[in-house]
Parts: sequence; C-alpha cells; structure tokens
Amino acid sequence: MTPGGSGPIIALLDYEMSNLRSVGKALERLGARVRVAARPAEATGVDALVLPGVGRFGAAMERLQAHGFTGMLREAAADGTPVLGICLGLQLLFDESEESPGVPGLGLIPGAVRRLRTDRKVPHIGWSEVDWRHGTVLAPEDGGPADRTYYFVHSYACEPVDDGDVRGTATHGVGFVAAAGRGPVAGVQFHPEKSSRAGLALLGRWLHGVATREVMPA
Amino acid sequence: MIRVIPCLDVDRGRVVKGVNFVDIRDAGDPVELAARYDAEGADELVFLDITATHEERDTIIHLVERTAEEVFIPFTIGGGLRTEEDIRAVLAAGADKVSLNSAAVRDPDLVERAALRFGDQCIVVAIDAKRRADGSGWEVYLAGGRTETGIEAVAWAAEAVRRGAGELLVTSMDRDGTQVGFDTDLLAAIAEAAAVPVIASGGAGTLEHFAQAVTVGHADAVLAASVFHDGVYTVGEVKAAMARDGVPVRR
Repeated sequence: MTPGGSGPIIALLDYEMSNLRSVGKALERLGARVRVAARPAEATGVDALVLPGVGRFGAAMERLQAHGFTGMLREAAADGTPVLGICLGLQLLFDESEESPGVPGLGLIPGAVRRLRTDRKVPHIGWSEVDWRHGTVLAPEDGGPADRTYYFVHSYACEPVDDGDVRGTATHGVGFVAAAGRGPVAGVQFHPEKSSRAGLALLGRWLHGVATREVMPA
Repeated sequence: MIRVIPCLDVDRGRVVKGVNFVDIRDAGDPVELAARYDAEGADELVFLDITATHEERDTIIHLVERTAEEVFIPFTIGGGLRTEEDIRAVLAAGADKVSLNSAAVRDPDLVERAALRFGDQCIVVAIDAKRRADGSGWEVYLAGGRTETGIEAVAWAAEAVRRGAGELLVTSMDRDGTQVGFDTDLLAAIAEAAAVPVIASGGAGTLEHFAQAVTVGHADAVLAASVFHDGVYTVGEVKAAMARDGVPVRR
C-alpha cells in the first residue's frame, strides 16, 4: 500500500489470515500511513498495530506464531503501543477459544472466546447496533442508531473475565461482547472496514486516539 | 436487522442496465455505482458477473480489487465461479463472499471444499427455483431458468447447508422480472429447512413486497435489481417502508 496522509503510522499485520485491502484503504482514507507488515521487523517504529483476522482461532494463532507476531504483540502491549484487533483479531487477544481447545491465545485480555449460544442463526451475519460503554474512544459521541450499527460475521464471541474490559455489547438473540479493551489493547467483533460510514468513523476515532495518546486506553 | 441488497449485473467489468443516478459520471462503472448504493444505505452488494468468455474473466478480479479499496460495505461475487481456484482468486482480491449456483449443483463437493478452505461465512449458494406444475414443491433450474435439473429446491437447500453453505440466495424464477412480489411460500419452506440466513430474490415490485419477504417468507435479507436500477425506489425508500411494517433495518 502507498503511504497515506500525515496521520499516525499503522502496521497492518499480514499473517495470511485475511484480506487486508479494505482495512488498509479505510485507514489510508482516514489519513493514516499504513505499512503492511509480514514480519516484526517491518512493524517497528510505528504508532500502532492493527490485527485483522478471518478464519479459525487455532489456525490464526499458528500463523501469528509462524510470522513471529505473538511475542511482538505482547511486547507492544506491555510498552503501551495501541493495538486494534478486528473480528478474529479481537478473539486472538483473549486466553483461549472454544473453537480450538488447547490452543493458547495472546492473553492480552483475560477471558475466553465461546460459541454464540443463541436460538438465532449462527454464524451471525449482518448489521447490529452496539450499546457502547462510557469512556471508550471507540464510541461515537452523538448521532443516531445508524452511527452505532456495524457489520458482523461471526460464530464465536469474547467473554472477558473483568466486566471493566467490556467496551460495547450487541444482541443476536442473546447479548454478546461487541468490543473489548484493556490498556492500550482494544478490539471489535464487527468489521469497521465493512460498516460504511459508522465503521469509518470508528476507525477515525481510534486513529485520533492513537495520534493524541491522551485518550487511551481505548 | 434485515439487509437490503442491490444486485448489479456486470459484463466484462461494466454494469449492464446502469443506474440513472443524478450526477453520476459513469453509469457503467460498477465501483461508482456501488459507492452510490453505499451512500443510499445499501447493507451489502451483489455483483453478478455475466461475462460469457473465460478469457475476459480477469476483468472481474480488477473490479473486485477496486471495489474493496473504495466501497466499505460487504460485497459478494457470483457468476462463472467453477473451481476452488476461481473462488480463491476473487476472495484474495477482496470480495467478502462468493455465490455459487450451477457449479454447486453440478459438483456439490465444491461447496464442502470451499467452505472448509475459506469458511462457511463466505460461501453463498444461489438457488434458482420454479414451482412444479404438480404442486410437489419447487424445481432447481440452471442457466437463468433454461435448464431443469430434476432436483427439488428445498431438499437442495438443506443439502447445501449441510455441505457448508453459510447463506442461501433464493430466486423464484416464476416471479423474477414480474414485479408481483417474492414467492413467500418458497422462501418460508427454505427458511424452515435451512438454519442459515436466506436472501430473498425475484419479484420485488412494490414497497410492501420487501417486508412480506421477511414477515411471511421469513427471509433474512432482500435482494433486488431492476427496482433500484430503474430508479423505481431508492434503498432508503425500501428501508423506510420495511420499518413502517415493523421490520428492523439499519437507517
């Protein structure tokens, strides 16, 4: 990807588990300078990391490891570098997942990922409104329901141990965590890069948080 | 929320039956039209590639790349995808989902292989169905309704889901182009048999039809082409009408 504006420098982690085109272009449109990184060496000296992901938890952890990103993500979080996980990228921030028993996650947010236990159709595919908690940079300050409605594709959802790590919830027959965060680490279950205006606005708020730092944690 | 999905027919990278939006620079450019539909509130888009010759199919890859870079809602590519490699190329270029129709009927294993490799959520199986004259359900047709298969549509829907289809795009060939409303009997029968989202297609004519696909047909999404392209209704008008009838939509 070509350098974007003069905004924060974002490393977009490429570990072969998702298409990066839309995420990268969305961030660039918002002024970020995006570096697609396939190795930790390509993700140094950046302002923040974006961890996208589509697919299975176990396969994703294996690929993250193969690309040398697991240690780098833990160090980055410890150093206070903002990390944004998207979809499976959010789930990887947790300790473990029912999808791949026995495979340890990144462990950056205490808790587990469990299959959606709902009488509705799974995977949950479609748009849902998010009920944001107070005090997160991810939440819109105003606007109508459409400004809090995002596109989801998932069968599993995160369950943080500490309720204080929940950033927003949504409903699919049953309530589930749509966004979580701890310190500089945050993630969203939905796809902001596929959520039209509302999604771009969310990425814009996160980038602003990265640029100013004062509003962290996410 | 129930999704509203405009469908664009694309031939050699250009939209057939272009939309007459005001101020549009190029009514044949799929990416520009897609961006307009996004701005109007479309929840998703389907591009149906009707390019006949295989040599010119690279145009669709280029279209997918441009769309993924410029349009920030999910989109599906259908038409002409026959192999895992065809599917991989379109997904790698940035499409969110692929829609399989004749290839799935001819080679049901393809659905299984593709779902395992790429994930259920990106495999849509499209079913074109026509009511059987003897009333024994619906028949699956291929080639735009020209080829009969001998396969019953509800049974095929259930099999497609068993094999890993993440969604079903159900088009009534009896209703397609008639504007008399969706075949809600067909939709309800398939929704009952399949535990994945059903996208209703074929027959939209009035604003009320869209809500009926959901309230009577139990569809999870509604798809239409000509009512949007011909400027009969905007996506916003359809959503407002659905909301009036108590159907939850993003607006």
